[in-house]
Amino acid sequence: MSETAGMRIGVITFPGTLDDVDAARAVRYAGAEPVALWHGDHDLRGVDAVVVPGGFSYGDYLRAGAIASLAPIMTEVIDGARRGLPVLGICNGFQILCEAGLLPGALVRNAGLHFVCRDQRLRVESAATAWTSRYTAGDEIVVPLKSGEGRYVADAATLGELEAEGRVVFRYTGGNPNGAMSDIAGVASADGRVVGLMPHPEHAIDALTGPSTDGLGLFTSVLTAAAMA
Amino acid sequence: MVPDTVTPPADTVEHAAASPDQPQPYRELGLKDDEYARIREILGRRPTDAELAMYSVMWSEHCSYKSSKVHLKYFGETTTEAMREKMLAGIGENAGVVDVGDGWAVTFKVESHNHPSYVEPYQGAATGVGGIVRDIMAMGARPIAVADPLRFGPADAPDTARVLPGVVSGVGGYGNCLGLPNVGGEVVFDEGYAGNPLVNALCVGSMRVEDLHLAFASGTGNKIILFGARTGLDGIGGVSVLASETFDGSGTGQKKLPSVQVGDPFTEKVLIECCLELFHAGLVVGIQDLGGAGLSCATSELASAGDGGMHIDLDAVPLRATGMTPAEILSSESQERMCAVVRPEDVDAFMAVCRKWDTLATVIGEVTDGDRLVITWHGETVVDVPPRTVAHDGPVYHRPVERSATQDALIADSPDALPRPAAPSELRDEILRMAASPNLCSRAWVTDQYDRYVRGNTASAQPADAGVVRIDESTGRGIAVATDCNARFVALDPYTGAQLALAEAYRNVATSGAVPAAVTNCLNFGSPEDPHVMWQFSEAVRGLADGCAALGIPVTGGNVSFYNQTGDRAILPTPVIGVLGVIDDVARRVRSGFTGEGDVVVLLGTTADELGGSEWAHVVHGHLGGRPPAVDLAAEQRLGALLAAAAADGVLTGSHDVSDGGLAQALVEASLVGGCGAAVELPAGLDPFVALFSESAGRALVTVAASDADAFLVRAAEAGVPGVRLGTVGGDSLAITDLPAIPLGELRAAWEGTLPALFGSATD
Repeated sequence: MSETAGMRIGVITFPGTLDDVDAARAVRYAGAEPVALWHGDHDLRGVDAVVVPGGFSYGDYLRAGAIASLAPIMTEVIDGARRGLPVLGICNGFQILCEAGLLPGALVRNAGLHFVCRDQRLRVESAATAWTSRYTAGDEIVVPLKSGEGRYVADAATLGELEAEGRVVFRYTGGNPNGAMSDIAGVASADGRVVGLMPHPEHAIDALTGPSTDGLGLFTSVLTAAAMA
Repeated sequence: MVPDTVTPPADTVEHAAASPDQPQPYRELGLKDDEYARIREILGRRPTDAELAMYSVMWSEHCSYKSSKVHLKYFGETTTEAMREKMLAGIGENAGVVDVGDGWAVTFKVESHNHPSYVEPYQGAATGVGGIVRDIMAMGARPIAVADPLRFGPADAPDTARVLPGVVSGVGGYGNCLGLPNVGGEVVFDEGYAGNPLVNALCVGSMRVEDLHLAFASGTGNKIILFGARTGLDGIGGVSVLASETFDGSGTGQKKLPSVQVGDPFTEKVLIECCLELFHAGLVVGIQDLGGAGLSCATSELASAGDGGMHIDLDAVPLRATGMTPAEILSSESQERMCAVVRPEDVDAFMAVCRKWDTLATVIGEVTDGDRLVITWHGETVVDVPPRTVAHDGPVYHRPVERSATQDALIADSPDALPRPAAPSELRDEILRMAASPNLCSRAWVTDQYDRYVRGNTASAQPADAGVVRIDESTGRGIAVATDCNARFVALDPYTGAQLALAEAYRNVATSGAVPAAVTNCLNFGSPEDPHVMWQFSEAVRGLADGCAALGIPVTGGNVSFYNQTGDRAILPTPVIGVLGVIDDVARRVRSGFTGEGDVVVLLGTTADELGGSEWAHVVHGHLGGRPPAVDLAAEQRLGALLAAAAADGVLTGSHDVSDGGLAQALVEASLVGGCGAAVELPAGLDPFVALFSESAGRALVTVAASDADAFLVRAAEAGVPGVRLGTVGGDSLAITDLPAIPLGELRAAWEGTLPALFGSATD
């Protein structure tokens, strides 16, 4: 892992962000240095990749992720993503990336209308992204899902494009928990550098506190990706 | 009286002194004639409208504990110096604080939000969570976990279908948005709660010992800063009269908003982070949350705990409604507000932190010389009182206490005559029926709506016996917390029933691998004006206090909720007991399921024929009568010590409390939670029915590796804990003696199907 030593990964905190401590811990477990990024700053502090963590940024008022997508830090994240900076959006972070236009589609209220917290089985559909290179397509992993607005939706053309280009990164298996179209749990940008998913890999890095350690692979994958960038 | 369309002129102290005979609506505000007379005596004049509002909310049962005080002091009398050793703050503070080692302190408390949750389930439950979290913040701690003991009417009652989904989504909606893992709680159904559900909320916080903050206002010239949300017309009168008229007495009610408060968890989440940053920067001298009775409570409590007086300028309070009267501003229960005492030289730095978090903060007054709480509005004095008389010198009632004759009939109605299943197939059917019953079935429908993962420190959550949360990542030090109460036992014998609730929570902490350290409670009872209810209450308090003394762990705080009744019918007496335990390394926590093929299943404790108040009598016969199981606290202590020590040594591969539903239900849960079946023989010499369904206390079901089994049984015997080898973990069915084996699939369908069938599937 020598090529990844000293890697710095930013974790953004918006007002109402909840899983920033967890994302930072996952970065640490992966062997990199977590760097706190503040929503109101126009400064990515020279990080090699960015995690937009889960929570209820700005209370999810208006629409989940809508206000956060306009925060000063997101201007920098969008610029960075255009240059190939790896960006991972988890749960609320996924919603924010969709609102910011970095990922296609949208997340809407769960079909069952309840908040759902459960250990969710996922199939890794693509290992060809900055955040999934340590997996093999077809791998099944168990990662906590906890969201009330996690149902992925997109128009037919977008869905077709995502499938055709192999940009569906994670799919729910063993039951669709929220009514997501095509069982989609996570998608990637066209260049595979930006990934968003509803389940929480940062809560599956230690068997003591999570259902598995299956989620750590996202955070180790990006070290290679960032080192090659 | 003045019309509502303009702000009425203030009823000033000067005006009050000059108009002694002006009639005042004190009865409508819940004050008795003699209480009103006492206020006049304290002040030497009639109170102003604002003063009357303050006294009426602060002297309400909820805030003053006027009916319970004379009984609650027994907790203090029975707490020894040894029990106090680890207690850094106790009863009377916002929440109790316990030293848990390595320089860490933990604070925890449980409170009720019963009546608001019946009126408006979502907001009632949500703001219940918000309120208890602010109590924990007010001690200087970071809230780290919540848990919610909930009780409803019958599961299939139409009103339960109205109340339960709203309560659960309110608890989740608020707690999830705050980023606090929900690690436990209870869901209980009983006819006794129809029309009066119990919504209790527990919060745990952790801090470094030196960061402990207490609520007091000292230092003349120090500033009083109100921060967080604006003050509005919501929640006015929530404390004293749930649906009161506006206080101006005009009765037109034009300004009346719901008496149930409305929560904004986003504001509270930001307030948590803001508060912690303020604490760490050393900018806070004293702090108090605003909950029941709003500013009336915060200002009078801060002032009376300090060494001076206080001046508050109501014109400075940021409002979200126009034309609010001083009484309304003082009584508002708008959520997400805190009040801090800050040195003048720190005010700028304090404001800078608040600005960073976009938290509104306003200097509304200062600590003064003297001993009066003076509140001005529009330049005139509307309150001038000795603060202690508001906050602490409320009325004390010695309510009549009388055991009703109906209690004898209840005890005489023993469960011994109830038909018991005997044939193996009947016993098998009864196990399945019990597993599917509302009080024993899977709680996943509820707990899957709560985030249990956030912050990444949850080592156990539902369906575990106790929630286990890490507080120090470098050492693994953590806490365990459980709440319990079998209210049917309390109804049969309040003294013993309260001890059984304590014993069960204590045991649940021990089965998780932690050492019990402290107790909190939420005492939910009917009307204190009913002598039988007061008898139940006084017996339960005595039982709990004596029980804590026997176990050597202190009560660090609690909450009393009276008037839980519909008409003349009181709820089952429900003293919910929370026990907090300490675990040196959460990696040593023990889970409750069967997981290791070949592990040996051991039953610890003694089983007797004890079915009074049992779940079996309730489910199968709708029966409540007889005597509750006997309680032996010395045996509980021996069992607890064995469990904690064996967990620390890594001997236990699984550990589960045996209580509601007896050994049968413990076996069902261990199989389903762990995902592994078992083959067991019921203990020889016991009637199989009794072995399966008796609810004798002081028992646990544990598993150990086959190679450790003999040594463990010897160890148990040496510890004075009876242990019997029941069988072996393995396979995909639960096989008990000569009962037809129950495939886990069939068992799971029974256990998991009930709540979704009643309240709808959560995922489709």
